[in-house]
Amino acid sequence: MTFSDWLAEPVNWAFLALALPMTVAAVRVVTSRNVVHAALFLVLTLAASAGLFILLSAEFVAWVLVLVYIGAVIVLFLFGIMITRAPIGRETDLSHAGRWPAALASLAVLALTLWLITAVSGQVEGFDGPLPAVGVATDSAILGEGFIMRYLIPFEAVGFILLAALIGGITLARKDLTPAEEEEAERV
Amino acid sequence: MILTQFLVLGAVLFSLGIYGLLSRRNAVTVLLAVELMLAAVNINLVAFEAFWNTPAAHGQIFAIFVITIAAAEVGIGLAIILLVFRNRASGNVDELDLLKW
Repeated sequence: MTFSDWLAEPVNWAFLALALPMTVAAVRVVTSRNVVHAALFLVLTLAASAGLFILLSAEFVAWVLVLVYIGAVIVLFLFGIMITRAPIGRETDLSHAGRWPAALASLAVLALTLWLITAVSGQVEGFDGPLPAVGVATDSAILGEGFIMRYLIPFEAVGFILLAALIGGITLARKDLTPAEEEEAERV
Repeated sequence: MILTQFLVLGAVLFSLGIYGLLSRRNAVTVLLAVELMLAAVNINLVAFEAFWNTPAAHGQIFAIFVITIAAAEVGIGLAIILLVFRNRASGNVDELDLLKW
């Protein structure tokens, strides 16, 4: 499949319209000098990936991503930024001096993964063919059945982990009062 | 659409996440980079699900597991950052060198 064949498919234009802003936003997440902007660019990246999930006919995952990530996790991040008084304005030392080794390491990972993709693509049948699931929406009943039948124990375990993490988060973050402060609180 | 385009996008996002993880000083931005890497993993899972087209949609189920774990990770991670900030008055990861030789 040549590149012009690939571009002839209209759905690939939709892919490009999502993937290019997504990549730019991801670059800004890791390079932005403003912490709040970095968090908001993450919203853009995640919204684009929800769009990609819809292209891949994974509607349920797309909406879970929008609800959980864009709805809750980003709000948590913004709270974290405000509470820790992370530098909210422009900041020059948000990244440290090890920037070039970090760029080198990430480029090495990128090269390794791209090499793996090309190495595997010849081995798997239909790797360069059209994706079979595209265009047929995944019934969310299938996912629900998977959660309560085959993946019941992982599902319960993940629910338990979430509960434990939230309780742990509250326990960690709440301030222990000193005896003097406790007296003060009782008087009020 | 073919599988490769999603895999390449996932690889680019993942390596950007690694760059952010290694180069950022502020702990909150390090967590943002981790989220980027998890988003790349999710794209891979859903794309492979569309490729293999399993009847029970295993890839999508795993993507939802990853989203759940990521939510738990952010909750506990931000609580730890808050605690460190309260004790050290700093949210920079390179200043937390108490255990360093």
